[in-house]
Amino acid sequence: MMIMRTDSTVGIAGYGAYIPMNRLKASEVNRVWGGFGAPIEEKSVVAMDEDAVTIAVECARYAVNRADIRPEEIGAIYVGTESKPYAVKPCGTIVAEAIGATPNVTAADYEFACKAGTEAFQTCIGLVSSGMVKYAMAIGADTAQGRPADALEYTAACGGAAYIFGLRSDRTLAYLEGSWSYVTDTPDFWRRGREMYPRHGNRFTGKPAYFQHVVGAAKGLMGELGYEAGDFAYAVFHQPNVKFPIKVAKTLGFGMDSIKPGLVVPTVGNTYAGSTPLGLAATLDVAEPGDRILAVSYGSGAGSDAFSFVVQDAITNGRDIDPPVSAFITRKRYVDYSEYLKLRGQILR
Amino acid sequence: MRKVAVSGVGLTGIREHWGKSLRDLFEEAALKAFEDAGTDDIDALYVSNMGAANLQRQLNLGAMMADALGKRGIDALRVEAASASGGVAFHEGVKAVASGLCDSVLVGGVEKMSDGLPDEVTASLAMAEDQEYTAYTGITKMGMNALIHRHYMERFGVGAEEIAMFAVRGHEHARGCPHAQYPFKISVDRILSSPMEADPIHMLECAGIGDGAAAVLLRPAGESGDCVEVASTAVASGHYYLTERPDILTFEAVRGAAARALEYAGLSHGDIDLVEVHDDTTITGVLALEDLGFVDKGKGATYVSEGLTARDGELPTNTFGGLKARGNPVGATGLYQVAEVALQLRGQAGPCQVEGAEVGLAQSVGGLGSTCAVTILRRR
Repeated sequence: MMIMRTDSTVGIAGYGAYIPMNRLKASEVNRVWGGFGAPIEEKSVVAMDEDAVTIAVECARYAVNRADIRPEEIGAIYVGTESKPYAVKPCGTIVAEAIGATPNVTAADYEFACKAGTEAFQTCIGLVSSGMVKYAMAIGADTAQGRPADALEYTAACGGAAYIFGLRSDRTLAYLEGSWSYVTDTPDFWRRGREMYPRHGNRFTGKPAYFQHVVGAAKGLMGELGYEAGDFAYAVFHQPNVKFPIKVAKTLGFGMDSIKPGLVVPTVGNTYAGSTPLGLAATLDVAEPGDRILAVSYGSGAGSDAFSFVVQDAITNGRDIDPPVSAFITRKRYVDYSEYLKLRGQILR
Repeated sequence: MRKVAVSGVGLTGIREHWGKSLRDLFEEAALKAFEDAGTDDIDALYVSNMGAANLQRQLNLGAMMADALGKRGIDALRVEAASASGGVAFHEGVKAVASGLCDSVLVGGVEKMSDGLPDEVTASLAMAEDQEYTAYTGITKMGMNALIHRHYMERFGVGAEEIAMFAVRGHEHARGCPHAQYPFKISVDRILSSPMEADPIHMLECAGIGDGAAAVLLRPAGESGDCVEVASTAVASGHYYLTERPDILTFEAVRGAAARALEYAGLSHGDIDLVEVHDDTTITGVLALEDLGFVDKGKGATYVSEGLTARDGELPTNTFGGLKARGNPVGATGLYQVAEVALQLRGQAGPCQVEGAEVGLAQSVGGLGSTCAVTILRRR
């Protein structure tokens, strides 16, 4: 494996996030199923008329707004999700149409469990760097599924973030120093066709899966760039629960201060393909020019993509043009378990 | 019958060994035992295991492991007696050498549980009970232990804290033990604030699940200069059904095996310097001390909480942490116990060493006390 560097420097021209308004408290799951403890406080839940595509469209609109570009300048749109409303029919086309990027655009969907979003990052970065497109948009968005009473029911949440990549200029919010991927065939979590809920290997999802891959990708990138944890102002790690990203940060030498801005999981849940993009968005919301940010995703199956971004002066221009991630977190409405089941299509009339 | 010596011991760390197979783990322990004994010349192999048929869909472990060790041609088989598999396999290995039928026997236990999903592991462990009468009701091993635990507290007026102290002591002893799964201290408060596994048993009162292998090499005593000899082994069976027992707080198989082992060895309780007992929960650890005859019925928890089972106490118990802290790779556990007693008697227990230990006893229990193997080793 070689570090992924670009011929021409590529950066984030715009980003946008979206989290549905409904929340289910972990204590509500415990009330119904008689559980104890919880991996998070509460998670986001879609409304009746929301799905992964509407989430992706919301994020995409905010990203275009922040990038201040014409949508038709976007030459590629990739949506990473494991909650496709259609088994066959792309989410990418719907997003492209909704934001006005059609018809001269390439579009597709990506699936790599929770790292489909960052997988799309790398493709977009390559297309821009090679000059094939001027701007490319990568979205990670999910309405994740959790079987009733399964551990995933506490955390499987809804949300996402979109990123527009373009060649580095003084309008670039943060530029990329390099990326590193770490992938093996590790069956820790999967959902077969026509199954409603994913299955997982319990403790197998920890050390041999999440930790091996996240640490592998992070160390690969940091080693190649010659950086230590102290060289990064912030770090974002995939957030399936509260414990894992904190533990992996500690393992890699990052303090709580560096991961805290991007640690949205306690009050949002695990937004799967949206998780790392959302954490990165929350971090960019507070980052200052010159800050270096490490972002490492994790997708079951399994793999991690690591990125090192350096924030530029443009980050402070019109920062409030879009709602920050924190605004979506505080904008909430609680649902009880029965309404949750209805909203997730788990009971039918 | 010939005297039998423990010539070599080999242990793997008890961990979540995601990257190692049953065969890998067994090989590692067996090769360590060969190296420790200074010979790999064996004419029989006993493999103890409980769960492989369910968790790995693997049987015929005797031939598999003999082949893995390059010992094709020897007499090799698997021994299963639920969680007493290790102790029972050791008993069988001793019989083979004592009888003169074999001159060198490797007894190795292996279990790999981490790969199983929780319901698979629970169902596998429940196979120690009658599938037609007990297990089919859905009650788990922990559920039955909970009935015993509750009854013990009520009959003897013993508090939850005193029983929980069994786990506290185990964790104290496991510190510094390289093969232990949980070699750290825990407090009684932490145990009693952990979630209920099966009321009144808290999660941190239960042995976890783990992967590991343990092997011991047996040869006729006197031929090898080995310093640890098998004073006796005994296996007893007891009531299979909890509902039919005159007293659910007494494991007759444990009493029977202990009495027989002491008689064969010509020893009394006062001669025993340390014990390794089967504490798959705190209450079974407490009952073990009572049914083995070291403490009066109803006094076990108090005995433990007063510190008498500490390393420098009257009866050092579970000197490497026991099932709770050292770990419980079920089919291998009985052999970890025997190996640990051997290490104590050799003076090779490192930070876990009980000073001046001459005689040690290991108790391996299968099912809810329906099978018990007791092994007594002594320094020659």
